[in-house]
Amino acid sequence: MADQIQTIQEQVLQARRDGQKLNIVGGGSKAFMGRTADSSAATLSLAEHTGVVEYHPVELVLTVRAGTPLTDIETVLAEHGQCLHFEPPHITKASTIGGTLACNLSGPARPWAGSVRDQVLGVRLLNGKGEHLRFGGQVMKNVAGYDVSRLQAGAMGTLGVITEISLKVMPKPAATATLVREMAIDEVVDYMNRRAAEPKPITGACWVDGKVYLRLAGARSAVEATASKWGGEVLADGDQFWRQVQDLQHSFFDNPDAPLWRFSVDSIARTPALDGPWMIDWVGSQRWYRGEATLSDMEPLARSAGGQVSLFRGGDRSGEVMHSQPEALKAIQRRVKNSFDPDGLFNPGRLYSWL
Amino acid sequence: MTTESKASKATLAEQFRSFIDPEFVITDDETLKPYECDGLAMYREMPMMVVLPETVAQVQRVMRICHEQKVPVVARGAGTGLCAGAMPHKEGVVLSLAKFNRILHIDPVGRTARLQPGVRNLAISEEAAQYGLYYGPDPSSQIACTIGGNVAENSGGVHCLKYGLTVHNILSVEIITAEGDRVTVGSDGLDSCGMDLLALLTGSEGLLGVVTEVKVKLLPKPEVAQVIMAGFDSIEKAGDAVGGVISHGIIPGGLEMMDGHAILAADDFCGAGYPRDAKALLLCEVDGTEEEVHEHIAEAEGVFRKLGATSIRTSQSEEERALLWKGRKSAFPAVGRISPDYYCMDGTIPRRHLAKVLLEMEEMSEQFGLRVANVFHAGDGNLHPLILFDANVPGEFEKAEAFGSAILELCVEVGGCITGEHGVGVEKIRQMAVQFNDEELQQFHEVKAAFDPTGILNPGKGVPTLKFCQEYRSIEHKQHKHEQTDAAHG
Repeated sequence: MADQIQTIQEQVLQARRDGQKLNIVGGGSKAFMGRTADSSAATLSLAEHTGVVEYHPVELVLTVRAGTPLTDIETVLAEHGQCLHFEPPHITKASTIGGTLACNLSGPARPWAGSVRDQVLGVRLLNGKGEHLRFGGQVMKNVAGYDVSRLQAGAMGTLGVITEISLKVMPKPAATATLVREMAIDEVVDYMNRRAAEPKPITGACWVDGKVYLRLAGARSAVEATASKWGGEVLADGDQFWRQVQDLQHSFFDNPDAPLWRFSVDSIARTPALDGPWMIDWVGSQRWYRGEATLSDMEPLARSAGGQVSLFRGGDRSGEVMHSQPEALKAIQRRVKNSFDPDGLFNPGRLYSWL
Repeated sequence: MTTESKASKATLAEQFRSFIDPEFVITDDETLKPYECDGLAMYREMPMMVVLPETVAQVQRVMRICHEQKVPVVARGAGTGLCAGAMPHKEGVVLSLAKFNRILHIDPVGRTARLQPGVRNLAISEEAAQYGLYYGPDPSSQIACTIGGNVAENSGGVHCLKYGLTVHNILSVEIITAEGDRVTVGSDGLDSCGMDLLALLTGSEGLLGVVTEVKVKLLPKPEVAQVIMAGFDSIEKAGDAVGGVISHGIIPGGLEMMDGHAILAADDFCGAGYPRDAKALLLCEVDGTEEEVHEHIAEAEGVFRKLGATSIRTSQSEEERALLWKGRKSAFPAVGRISPDYYCMDGTIPRRHLAKVLLEMEEMSEQFGLRVANVFHAGDGNLHPLILFDANVPGEFEKAEAFGSAILELCVEVGGCITGEHGVGVEKIRQMAVQFNDEELQQFHEVKAAFDPTGILNPGKGVPTLKFCQEYRSIEHKQHKHEQTDAAHG
């Protein structure tokens, strides 16, 4: 429970004076993501900048320091029957809320609950001039000024140091049930989408190892009625399955050295026929693939499925790992970066080689 | 900010007429007149000209020409906005997207719709209804307002607590940049790589790009919806009841509050059968499967009863549900009937401060000598105080503005914000200086410049100049405090 802002701000100001580049690190659980960190950069640690700043369960709003581990946040919320309903991946126990936002990581409930970006109401941010700025706020509706808070989602710290985050939180569902049945990969995308189009309390739709898993969550009576209507085997330890998918701990993710590709595509697109295994989550919107390939091989597949691809883990991380951007957007993003971080201090080259 | 335009009206019009149907390059005062304001008619300005292109390529050419000649461009949908965000620039071009009104594709299985920016919000749900789907955000202007405008303002509505704002319900937008490039931001997937430019563009009030296509998510229409109307003898109790329901783990589809003045006006207007002696009224709608609604309605009724509701009525049919909502939905015209004019404000506050804010608002009402009625998106803390005034009485609008300004500053003081869903535009540009400090505003200016280096997109809106802010914070602000004091004494 420590406010380290003065120390962190001083480190940024000093780095600016010295022309010293900085790698921003929270719990260090996502070091494998993005491009290889610049070895000449010094570490700027947020790990001690922790603690709940404000929490009003009745308002469904939580404000925390960015270095707070997800598990600490969830313990506090659970005391009031609430949760982070976007189900952030606990890559390790050290995973923090700041890193989760910077990488825009959300779990299996994402198509219904929204992403971490969707829950963000405001941030405090140190920009490259060392100014500690406040954007957004602690209320759910706020259109004053540009949405700089949500802009941080996926920026991987390239725009500044997120120091504090206000989030919308939600009640835990009263009941859950997981239905499982065998299904071929060619049929499953249509099946999952048709289920998701029904007005039923569904909060998970994932396919892996030849089986499709649907999760129901909400009022007990509604979960039970839908489970019996839809049929299929009820998985005894359903919550454990979803937890493994959420935390990337499912056996599909074993062997951290095999390249792991993340496709974010149209939910109804056909799954490309490749040699390696797939996991299809988010009703088809997020598809994981394991296998050796190059980004330039994968991009056309993602594009024809209406979306984008990134090399999530493993493989060659010295080149680009994120879907390429058109020139006009590159130019805009360079200028946006420059507006926040004119000296290029933060996480240089981590997101793109050109940023 | 651009003021160095080197284009003459005649040559510019000639250029536009070379590729846009000449009839839709408007330069005469009579035809320009309807474009002089948006839904906030107190703020007016005649544009140099209006163009209504029919293709994206034409929009692109308009932008290129304006960029090159540094001519301000104000994009416009249906003009229903409430912050003068679409008010023209007197040396600029109004770029109307009115002709882009086609629903390009609906995917009933993938639950998405691809839309031109001029498609009306309600038309999306009407078209999707045949598949049992609808579009979530439902601003009160939804009959007329367009999806392009919704993106520009990040529009909400009465179902935001459960279903989110525009930013939560769109997948991608195609924009034409200030320099005339055509780019898609976002994708058909739920998340895209890198910094979230889609979120940044949403709610940017036409200052960062011109939206030429939008892909939205559609939701399955809930099986059942039922609404509970609960009356309370104090605002505090109603506020506690809102918290009570949410603490109970229920997220209502809609949760609205009206104060005593609004209750009477609405009930007089449409005979909704509201409890006329109540000081506050809650409309709590629960939607979902039959079982879920049944369970949650019983629980919510229990919470309201326990927390001192003086009357409770739960809709037993679709007709009754529509009737109970009718009063709330017609609250603005209802208030319009009891006063020659009204001025609708749009602050958001943390809900726990509701009673304090409404009480202070009552005091201000006496100080300013103007009545105020309150309707409130109680679930998400978005207040819509309606200040009643008569524009024909000299000085009364200025008084209403000062009152509104004081309300917004109060919202900031309790930890809220100056605008929940209407936007800043011209109207609230002064209060931006209260919400943000100079460093933050400067960061906004630099973000703007990253998208629009020459400052041609909707100049003078959204973010005030630092010089203006300093003046407002020192001189105008003090003066305004004096006005308040004078009003109190007067």
